[in-house]
Formats: sequence, C-alpha cells, structure tokens
Amino acid sequence: MAAVKQTVDQVEALEAYKHGFVTTLDQEFAPKGLNADTVRFISAKKDEPDWMLQWRLEAFERWLALEEPHWAKIHHAPIDYQDSYYYAAPKTKAGPMSLDDVDPEVLATYAKLGIPLREQEVLAGVQGAPKYAVDAVFDSVSVVTTFKAELAKVGVIFCSMSEAIREHGDLVRQYLGSVVPVSDNYFACLNSAVFSDGSFVYVPPGVRCPMELSTYFRINAAESGQFERTLIIADKGAYVSYLEGCTAPMRDENQLHAAVVELIALDDAEIKYSTVQNWYPGDAQGKGGIYNFVTKRGDCRGDRSKVSWTQVETGSAITWKYPSCILRGDGSSGEFYSIAVTNNRQQADTGTKMIHLGRDTRSRIISKGISAGGSSNTYRGLVSAHPKAANARNFTQCDSLLIGKSCAAHTVPYIEARNATARLEHEATTTRLSEEQLFYVMQRGLSQEDAVALLVNGFVREVLQELPMEFAVEAQKLVAISLEGSVG
Amino acid sequence: MLSIHDLHVRVAEAEIIKGLTLDLPAGEVHAIMGPNGAGKSTLAYALAGRPGYEVTSGSATYDGEDLLAMTPDQRSAKGVFLSFQYPLELPGVPGLTFLRTALNAQRKARGEDEIAAPAFLKLAREKAAALKIEFDMLRRPLNVGFSGGEKKRMEIFQMSLFSPRLLILDETDSGLDIDALRVVADGVNAARAPDRAMLVITHYQRLLDYIRPDRVHVLAAGRIAASGGPDLAHELEREGYDKYSKVPA
Repeated sequence: MAAVKQTVDQVEALEAYKHGFVTTLDQEFAPKGLNADTVRFISAKKDEPDWMLQWRLEAFERWLALEEPHWAKIHHAPIDYQDSYYYAAPKTKAGPMSLDDVDPEVLATYAKLGIPLREQEVLAGVQGAPKYAVDAVFDSVSVVTTFKAELAKVGVIFCSMSEAIREHGDLVRQYLGSVVPVSDNYFACLNSAVFSDGSFVYVPPGVRCPMELSTYFRINAAESGQFERTLIIADKGAYVSYLEGCTAPMRDENQLHAAVVELIALDDAEIKYSTVQNWYPGDAQGKGGIYNFVTKRGDCRGDRSKVSWTQVETGSAITWKYPSCILRGDGSSGEFYSIAVTNNRQQADTGTKMIHLGRDTRSRIISKGISAGGSSNTYRGLVSAHPKAANARNFTQCDSLLIGKSCAAHTVPYIEARNATARLEHEATTTRLSEEQLFYVMQRGLSQEDAVALLVNGFVREVLQELPMEFAVEAQKLVAISLEGSVG
Repeated sequence: MLSIHDLHVRVAEAEIIKGLTLDLPAGEVHAIMGPNGAGKSTLAYALAGRPGYEVTSGSATYDGEDLLAMTPDQRSAKGVFLSFQYPLELPGVPGLTFLRTALNAQRKARGEDEIAAPAFLKLAREKAAALKIEFDMLRRPLNVGFSGGEKKRMEIFQMSLFSPRLLILDETDSGLDIDALRVVADGVNAARAPDRAMLVITHYQRLLDYIRPDRVHVLAAGRIAASGGPDLAHELEREGYDKYSKVPA
C-alpha cells in the first residue's frame, strides 16, 4: 500500500506517533449519547431501507440487555457509552460522490497519510507496481472508493457498506450477521446497532480479484467512536486479498472503536485479510488512546475454502481482538499470523479461534507478541475440533519477546479435542531481548534503536513474510517506531 | 594507534582491570596472554564499550581521540572490531542482511555512500571464498545452529568485510580444530597492514604459532605483569602463569 510513500514523513512528527494530527473541517454529528433515536438518526442519514433500520433497532434492544465483558486481561476506567458521538461525518451532499465533491481537507488528510485516492496517483508509481483499490472511511462515512469501474468489469463489487445496503440489498441481507450474529458479544451487538460505514466486497464465482483491495480507516472527530462494518464474500472458486489500515489523532480522551468484520468463503474460495492497526496508543503515561474492541470472523462455509488473517497490531491503548475462522466446509483451512507490539502503558489481549467443524480441516496459528515499557501483552486462543471434524489438524506457535523489566507477556491457549483423530500441536516460547545480543549488533555499527529494530524484525520475520510486500515494509517500519525508546 | 593509560574497569561492583597501561602502534600485532580470570575479556569488552563494563579511571586514546567517550557503534564506525569469544546468534536475521545493514551503518556514520546490493554481494562472495565459507550459509540466520568453529569463522569473515583498523580478537582460537585454526589465522594474517593494529587475546600459545605477534603482554590480576618479544609466549607455554598470579592485587 502506498502508505509507505514518504509523504508520511512530511506529517508533523509528534513524538513517535506520526499520524496524530487533526483535520479541521465542517463536520456533522448525531446528538451526543446513545438511544433508539441515535440509531434512527444514523439509519436516516444513510438513507437506509426499513429492513436495515429494524435490524439495527433489534440489535440495540438486545445490546441494552447485555453486559460489558470483563474476562480479558485488560483494565480500563468504566466506559460511559452516553458520553460519545455515534455519528460524525464531513458535511457534504448526500449520495455517491466523485473525488471532486470530496472536501479538499479530507483529501489532504489522506495525502498526508500517504494513501492515494486518485487512481492516476497509484498508476504514476513504478511500472509493474501492484495496484491498490482504496475505500477511504473518515469517521462515520466512506468518502471515496477508487477503481470501482475497473473492478466492475470483472464483476467484483467493491463499495462502502452504506452504498451496498442501498444498491446491493439482497446480498447484504443474505450475508450480514451470518458470521457474527447480532448479539454475538457486547461490542459486536453495539456495532450492529450503530455501525456507520465500512467496506463491502463481493467476488463472483471463479474470479480472481485483479488487484489488492484496501480500506483506510481514519478517526478524526473528538469524543466520537468509530463503528465500522465490513463484509466480504468470495463466491465459489473466487480469490481476494484485502488490506486494512487505521490511524487516529492524538487526544487525551479515550475513543472507542468497535468494528465487526465478516468474511464468507464458499467452495474453493480464498480470502486473505491483512491488517496494519496503528490507532493512537496513548502517551507514555497511558493518557488517551483508542479502545479497540473488534470482532473479526471468517466463515469457511464451502468445501476446500480458505481464510487467512494476518495482523500487525502496534497501536491502540487497548486491543481486544480475536480474528477467527469457522472451518465448516470439508477440507477447509484457516490461518492466523499475528504480530502484536505493546509499549509504554498499552494493553493487548489478542489471538484467534479456530473452530474445526468439517472433515479434514486444517489451521495454522503463528503469533509473535512483543512487550516493552510497562505494557501487557496477552495471546488468547482457542482451537476446537468438533466430533465431526475427522482428521482435523492444527499447528500453533506462540512466541513472546520481552524488552525491559516492567512489561508482561501471557499466553492463554484453550484446546478442545472432541474427535479422536484430531491432531493439535502447540508450541510456545518466551525470550528476553538480551543485552549481550544488543551489544553484539551495536559492535558491528548499528545504533541502539537500529539494533533493537533489527532483532525484533528477526523475531517477527515469519509473520512479515505473510504480508503483501509493500505492507510488510510499512509494518517493519511501524514495529521499529513503536518500540523507539524502549531500551536504555 | 591505541594508547591505554592506567585503566581501571569495574564489572558488577568488582574491579577487574586495575591500572592497565599499554601502547599499540599502527602496523603491529600484540598478544595479550594470561590465566583465566585475569581480565582479558574484560579488557576487550571495555575497549569495545560494552554496557556494564564501567571505566572508573584511566584513559584509552584511539587515533588521538578519547575512545571511552564513544558509544559502541561509534567505535565500530571508527574501525574498532571485536571478534567475540562467544559470537551471538541472531534468530530470524539472515547473515547477509545483517552484514549489509551493519556495513552501511558504519559507512553512513563516516559520511560515506551506502554500498549497493550488487557490489556488496560481490565483496561478500570474495571474502567468503577466501575463508572457505559456503555462500548459502550467509543466507541463513546469523550463527543460528552454527558450530563453534563456524561461528569463529563468521567473525573473521565479518572482520574482513568491514576492513576495521583496530582488531581485537578475543580467544578466537578456542573451539577451533587445527584446520579451522589455520583458515582463521590465514584470514587474520591477510588483514595485517601498516595502518592496522591487532590485539590478539589468547590463553594458549598455539594461536601465536600462526599469527606471529610483534609483542607479547602477560595480563595477570588486572595489570600487565610482563611484556616481551614473541619468545615470551613460548616461555609461558613451558612455565605456565604461576609466577604472575602471585603478583599482589
């Protein structure tokens, strides 16, 4: 993704977090707080059909009956759900927009972040460079989606969720909530009621999506949350690779981000979903930062289908996220590759669930946790082989790297084998970045920061290799930046 | 080139080097010999700037500059190279990636241009061949799963790649069989030059049959207890370090 473009460097560098600037523009908000009228307001703003409004209202009713979960190894002050805006959008005319209609300040924001929103900007790169279609979500709305016409030629639908609800209602109705049910969990339920925007992808049977699709999420408004909803469907024999990036301004308050991502892979289809999460992590004392409570789940609904999650989690004050795979189809497979970096006062409780339901299903989990400063980093995972999952196979490897003396790493693997032919393997290591290793590398000429970056990159290399190349370069830089000042 | 005067070094509250004075002119090879625990490795680490090796008094001047005021990477960029007694493993970091990163970091610190990948690979191939190192080995994570001898050979390979000016070899002979010792010694001898100086730290005289020193110093109880020509090494081999260990602390 062109986020590697050096435009990023031009962003006013505020401490180590380079995306912490605020864009000043005319924005429209829902009244502060959360009630059924907020839900109606959002639905009306998006010009939604009645079935969608009813779906949201039902979710809201259910949410009222749920309680915030507290089983994760994270601590935070109580969240006041009434003290936030649930809808914030740049003021513009309604309906689909061309780039010329987008507020120049919004375009400038994405330029600062290094995200190309003009198709020719992508093409102007090196010859043969991969193309990326981008859906840009700014607070509660998608401001633009690129390469739609080119994708439509091969039948691929790539648009904002709001547009999909209006234009592709049947597909949305068929699949929305079919992987993550409305009341799956507290945060997913909240999202179902107030979700604002996100991306919708449909790849028709037998089509290999001709370019990488990506969404870039930006929280800009103060005192607001972002509740995006993404739905990706790969029909029989289809393939799609999707990338997601996120940033937010530096603010003293904690902002809530509660997203839901649903992936559906039919027979012989494959979905590869990569995330580079760089929400504002808060300052060194733990003030501010995004609370990231996210439900991501892929359903390998068809035989021989495949869902692969790769995530690089460097941001957020709190990360609560378990991208999972339901291996329903016979011979289906799921993968989870994760790098989670925590520094200063960050808390991450992240991992995956691999639910083996079908015969001959396979899953692979490679998790690399890096904790520095006074942070806490927990891997929490479930591998479950159900009675019908004959010959289920799983391999799990969880490695933790500790930098400094005040951080913590935890590994909480749950394994359930209810089938005698299942074979589930789990390996885990915990190591400390050694002073001797650092000195050795510095003796060869690297500065302390570069030495840490080199050793950490070695530690996470297996996972970086799973990312599309340009994303890997960005992720590598991001990991190094996140750990700046963590030694010495 | 290197001038050490009355150096005192403390490690974890214990004084290990207790007033060491040594002069190493350019173009010369000096051997430091001594019994176990005499402070040989401590001297090497202190000269390279390892954290925790605290210089409490004395000085070390390198090319007229205060060596002790520099960070380890600055010393490296100025041409100080330490061949480790126990080279470290770097999991996930391919040797070639590491070496090119390191070489370019040194060059950048000296204000030189970075070396391009093709030129670097050519250089690496040449140097590896001279040390009988399989090139494929350099694609593997540095030192991971290597034998003791292979690790030592990698140290000398790194040394020949970086062209340092002050070479400190800490027990480079330990763990080497006779064939490997020869290859390593050839590498070191090839590096001898009028503008280079070497400090060869060893417990045994054996290495000095291959790398002939100009001077031999006996390090005992944190001080230079005796200095002499190459013959001193043979004398030590015959008589042992006993008479030096009796030097009062």
